[in-house]
Amino acid sequence: MRTIIVAAILLAAIAPASAQSVAPPGAAACSGCHALGVGSASIPPLSGQTPESIVTAMQAFRMGQRQATVMDRIAKGFSDEETRAIADWVGQKR
Amino acid sequence: MLGGSATAFSRSLFGQALPHLIVIGGGFGGATCARELKRHGLNVTLVEPNLIYTACPFSNAVIAGLRPIEAQQFRLDVVKQGGVVVAQQWAVRVEPGARRVFLVDGSSLQYDRLVLAPGIDLRFDALPGYDEAASAMLPHAWKAGEQTELLRRQLEAMEDGGTVIIAAPSNPFRCPPGPYERASLIAHYLKTHKPRSKLIILDAKDTFSKQRLFQAAWQELYPNLIEWVSLSSGGKVNEVNAKTRTLTTDFGHHTGDVVNVIPPQRAGQITHVAGAADRSGWCPIDPVTFESRLQPNIHVIGDSSIAGGMPKSAFSANAQAKVCAAAIVSLLRGQPPSAPKLINTCYSLVAPDYGISVAGVYRPANGVLTDVEGAGGTSPPNAPPSFRSLEATYAQAWFETITTEVFG
Ligand SMILES: Cc1cc2nc3c(=O)[nH]c(=O)nc-3n(C[C@H](O)[C@H](O)[C@H](O)COP(=O)(O)OP(=O)(O)OC[C@H]3O[C@@H](n4cnc5c(N)ncnc54)[C@H](O)[C@@H]3O)c2cc1C
Ligand code: HEC
Repeated sequence: MRTIIVAAILLAAIAPASAQSVAPPGAAACSGCHALGVGSASIPPLSGQTPESIVTAMQAFRMGQRQATVMDRIAKGFSDEETRAIADWVGQKR
Repeated sequence: MLGGSATAFSRSLFGQALPHLIVIGGGFGGATCARELKRHGLNVTLVEPNLIYTACPFSNAVIAGLRPIEAQQFRLDVVKQGGVVVAQQWAVRVEPGARRVFLVDGSSLQYDRLVLAPGIDLRFDALPGYDEAASAMLPHAWKAGEQTELLRRQLEAMEDGGTVIIAAPSNPFRCPPGPYERASLIAHYLKTHKPRSKLIILDAKDTFSKQRLFQAAWQELYPNLIEWVSLSSGGKVNEVNAKTRTLTTDFGHHTGDVVNVIPPQRAGQITHVAGAADRSGWCPIDPVTFESRLQPNIHVIGDSSIAGGMPKSAFSANAQAKVCAAAIVSLLRGQPPSAPKLINTCYSLVAPDYGISVAGVYRPANGVLTDVEGAGGTSPPNAPPSFRSLEATYAQAWFETITTEVFG
């Protein structure tokens, strides 16, 4: 047990940034299409957007109030809470 | 089990400074996972014999002459520059008890945790007459590279009025919509260059991915050019004669001028050697950590894994790799990994400016990755051409974004 704790401390010490960079459920898959850095592709990048605007867009996609090719189908898979957490995490990366 | 992981930690503490992670396979799953683990400051070795990776997504466009093979190729240089040690070799053996990986040059590496991401093996023992030698005449082109170019050359050499045959396997296999995207893009080539030709799909299934959308598009774009023969109409190929380019089904013989056989598949060979594959030929995993159900401290991601509702796609492999890396970091810290949510989206091109997609959102339920109800599904039927064209653009954008994330 002690070795586990020591190793945990060692890891925490070596990679201090990683605690905050742990993605909430679902967030890691957004970057499959949305470049997290500066995007050159035609899918709008999420970096540069506020958490608020991401939440609003996701809700509109989910309710079918905003035109989409694919985001309507994706947004329906996430609850308000999950969407909020993803938006905050993506917002942190701005 | 508990004793096992405690030893891992003490060895890493006193033997090496940090836990050592090994990833086998530098494709969409493995390269992503190695980079993610490295981002957390861990010691990571990636075992991959090819320093240039040739990607399968969009390789059907290469076959149709719409894209050079070079557009499919990505170097592992940036992965290396990020601090991942690349062992440019085949892994030939894993000893789970000793936690060692043996490489083809005879050397071996110790791991605390191992990630297997070797993709698929083509089964050259499953379809009588179709072995590796036969694939030099009747290409599978289901691993991109030389095979992709061979199929391209054969199509170019074929005379107008020829017959192309694609033999599609039963489930599960890499890229469920892939054979039908291939049929579509080859049909596009034939329509524009060899309009008297014909394409037959001999299928070992009665239904397939995005079927309604594909079939509606075929009727619209390629009427009388594509014939799909389902399992119940005698589509299953039982035997191959490579010399005469003849495929035999229960109902008869089909001879083509260009014959593309997509054979049955299984998890990459190394997963079998490691004891991580079950009798189905694929690897059962825990849906939260992607840890093998059969071998502790070994994780399996990408095509080799049994990922429940998630199809075997590059998108899935990349998404799974990120979840797996995060879970490994939690496990090394002694923290419980949190339940993930994953997304998959497979785009297919039916024509250069006609894209369709299928999406899904997944979560662990009852021990398997399960579709979140109410989410996902295919592109709408009856969408206007502008919608199809936009999805073709987004397909291309997805490929650029994901390959940049994995290799760039
Ligand atoms: C024609 C076609 C079209 C496709 N289109 C799409 C698409 O549009 N979208 C999509 O999402 N997916 C698509 N796919 C599927 C996609 O290519 C695969 O699902 C994806 O490559 C799986 O990733 P992976 O990391 O599991 O395996 P791979 O990408 O195959 O990577 C495995 C790597 O492991 C290495 N390796 C294997 N064994 C060993 C060993 N013993 N030692 C060391 N290294 C080893 C190999 O050299 C290889 O580099 C398509 C596939 C095909 C065939
Ligand atoms: C399969 C690719 C894909 C994935 C995965 C994906 N998106 Fe999108 N996203 C798009 C596309 C394409 C659009 C443009 C709208 C449309 O056509 O659906 C978009 C638009 C958006 C927008 C509106 C941006 C703007 O400036 O207009 C937001 C916000 C967004 N996505 C958030 C997300 C989040 C959060 C995730 C992860 C949970 C995610 N997306 C995953 C493809 C994707």
